[in-house]
Amino acid sequence: MSKGNGKHASAEATKDELLQYYRDMLLIRRFEERAGQLYGMGLIGGFCHLYIGQEAVVVGMQAALHEGDQVITAYRDHGHMLAAGMTANGVMAELTGRSGGYSKGKGGSMHMFSIEKAFYGGHGIVGAQVSLGTGLAFANKYRKDGKVCLTYFGDGAANQGQVYESFNMASLWKLPVVYIVENNQYAMGTSIQRSSSETHLHKRGVSFNIPGEEVDGMDVVAVREAGKRAVERARAGEGPMLLEMKTYRYRGHSMSDPAKYRTKEEVDEQKAKRDPIEHVKKLIVDAGYATEDDLKATDREIRAIVSESATFAQESPEPNPSELMTDIYIQA
Amino acid sequence: MTQILMPALSPTMEEGNLTKWLVKVGDAIEPGRVIAEIETDKATMEVEAVDEGTVTELLVAEGAQGVKVNTPIAVLSGEGEEPSPPSRGRGQGEGGRSGAPRVENRPPPPNPAPQGGGNSIAQSDPEIPAGTQMIKITVRDALRDAMAEEMRADDRVFVMGEEVAEYQGAYKVTRELLQEFGAQRVVDTPITEHGFAGLGVGAAMAGLKPIVEFMTWNFAMQAIDQIINSAAKTLYMSGGQIKSSIVFRGPNGAASRVAAQHSQDYSSWYSHVPGLIVIAPYDAADAKGLLKAAIRNPNPVVFLEHEMLYGQEFEIPDLKDWIVPIGKAKVRRQGVDVTITAHSRMVGMALKAAEELAKQGIEAEVIDLRTLRPLDTETILESVRKTNRIVTVEEGWGQSGVGAEICARVTADAFDYLDAPPTRVHQVDAPLAYAANLEALALPSVEKIIDAVKAVTYR
Repeated sequence: MSKGNGKHASAEATKDELLQYYRDMLLIRRFEERAGQLYGMGLIGGFCHLYIGQEAVVVGMQAALHEGDQVITAYRDHGHMLAAGMTANGVMAELTGRSGGYSKGKGGSMHMFSIEKAFYGGHGIVGAQVSLGTGLAFANKYRKDGKVCLTYFGDGAANQGQVYESFNMASLWKLPVVYIVENNQYAMGTSIQRSSSETHLHKRGVSFNIPGEEVDGMDVVAVREAGKRAVERARAGEGPMLLEMKTYRYRGHSMSDPAKYRTKEEVDEQKAKRDPIEHVKKLIVDAGYATEDDLKATDREIRAIVSESATFAQESPEPNPSELMTDIYIQA
Repeated sequence: MTQILMPALSPTMEEGNLTKWLVKVGDAIEPGRVIAEIETDKATMEVEAVDEGTVTELLVAEGAQGVKVNTPIAVLSGEGEEPSPPSRGRGQGEGGRSGAPRVENRPPPPNPAPQGGGNSIAQSDPEIPAGTQMIKITVRDALRDAMAEEMRADDRVFVMGEEVAEYQGAYKVTRELLQEFGAQRVVDTPITEHGFAGLGVGAAMAGLKPIVEFMTWNFAMQAIDQIINSAAKTLYMSGGQIKSSIVFRGPNGAASRVAAQHSQDYSSWYSHVPGLIVIAPYDAADAKGLLKAAIRNPNPVVFLEHEMLYGQEFEIPDLKDWIVPIGKAKVRRQGVDVTITAHSRMVGMALKAAEELAKQGIEAEVIDLRTLRPLDTETILESVRKTNRIVTVEEGWGQSGVGAEICARVTADAFDYLDAPPTRVHQVDAPLAYAANLEALALPSVEKIIDAVKAVTYR
């Protein structure tokens, strides 16, 4: 069990890479802020789980993938979809339950998919996506197509039985899957210390012969480097790895969660000291790759994309009532 | 003198073949000595002596077929004069995972003629082309052949589950598939229903066509979240993007004397769920034709088999590609006085009840539902409009059951045709007991069906 500290890795990113990561993470943050706003306006219903604070995990992992590699996750999924290249318009319109959304308005925040971008959801049952992702990897091995499946879950799902049923089969059969536990330290309102007998979640694969690694999930380049090692190992037929991303969500579990189970000071400290976007921004500016003003231009571009998505999501019509009874069965 | 009796080696065994004697007259034997090999419909197993003594007579010849359980097979002379209990096999049944009978890879022998017989089946079957040769086959082999044929035709099809490969299937339904298709396509899983059901759905989402075998449907309750939340709903939740062409199959319902946790009928559970197709065949032709159709179907299919039918032999059309359409019930017996609906094992009971009723002047029409979702309401209504009476039969509990659904539809859509209240025959409202008498009291029977028919015909 190696422990990456991530510090050596930052130096390995090029100018173009860092600028791209900055842009991709910023898109997720601004998108999520706007989604929170639309929720407050009553335009988004039901459950809505924001990804703010965790952006470096998906952007870093996506940078470790090849074209065609699959991604699957649970319900805090907006960031994963944007990182996979799905459009802000399609995601936001799904949040508002409109026909222009990725699931035609029938799935909502937690259930979106894009075969084109190899994104397999978007699943609402905690832990279920881990078995499904293992099955995607099973299909890759069956077809010998060289693809790898990234299977994300949270520290909450880390205590679900089927996660370990899946670990066992994935390791036994050396399936091309990488498990990423996004440890944001709270399973809804229960801290990891109160829910888990072993809080170092990267150790949870040990009894299945799955090597684990703890990664600074607020450092996009550290994530990418750990991701590359795990993805290429899986692709080489050596079986799964378990990457524990130490991260933090700034917002509550969902929009309806006031997050009274942690102090404001704790949240403020995380924002001040570990913010993944500020971290990359500093790398860029310190290296002279761009000025603050250059980055403000990026900021404006991103705001424009997000604004357009919000407009699209409000103007896209609700699904036609005829959609009520479609997509239940495929005609044989 | 002590008689050694033909032992029951599984919960459902009624008879077996004595394939080999391992002792001869004059041999002195001690408890634990293997004395014979007996072939059941699932496996070949060794039988050990329980008593000490000298073999004085072998009552059943080596190679004898269809020796009934509890038939004396040998005589021992010993010190005691008291008759001894029958000797016991090493394994005590497969479904409970508690025994591990030694398996030899031989085709299992069929059980005798099916209860209720196929004799009442209409002579001309519109589903079978005229002049088609009919062959006899067990339900078990029909299911096996269906999988083998579809695996030959489509390399995306694979089968996975507990003991499906090297053990040749806990109930021998996957016999010899490993030999033909190899370990990549016939996959032994750990005992991990929730995990491998989810893994199967994931593989289906990626475009493969898994057949997931549950050793019995009782164990699939561990996996029901993946069957419903992932397999059945994702097409809808993805706006039609994510498809799950997958078959979940295995024995469903009460076997024999395995008690409540191993004896549940899930027909109504799964038929409740939009997005699933639910099939529960009775005879070998439907088992094969519907399983082939299920494997080809692009939707998730729950395929409910019955252990008590596996060994039964039926005629099946000898066609290269025998397919039975999903969603079509089959009128197995024509009648004018009452409609009886049934599925799976209950069809045999309904046919037998109809024969008895015919002797008393009541002509029952027996409808084999075959597919529970989508339910072929039109065939039922058409029959009720003719008979004006309906009795539904199912092995499961009554509340929110298949019969309850059928009665609701008949009441709503054929109310004016009814001359008696729609009536249900089902398992009593209690967990299924182990004791033989209580088990029999709990389950539907030919007598209960006859009583229900007499009630609705006011006889």
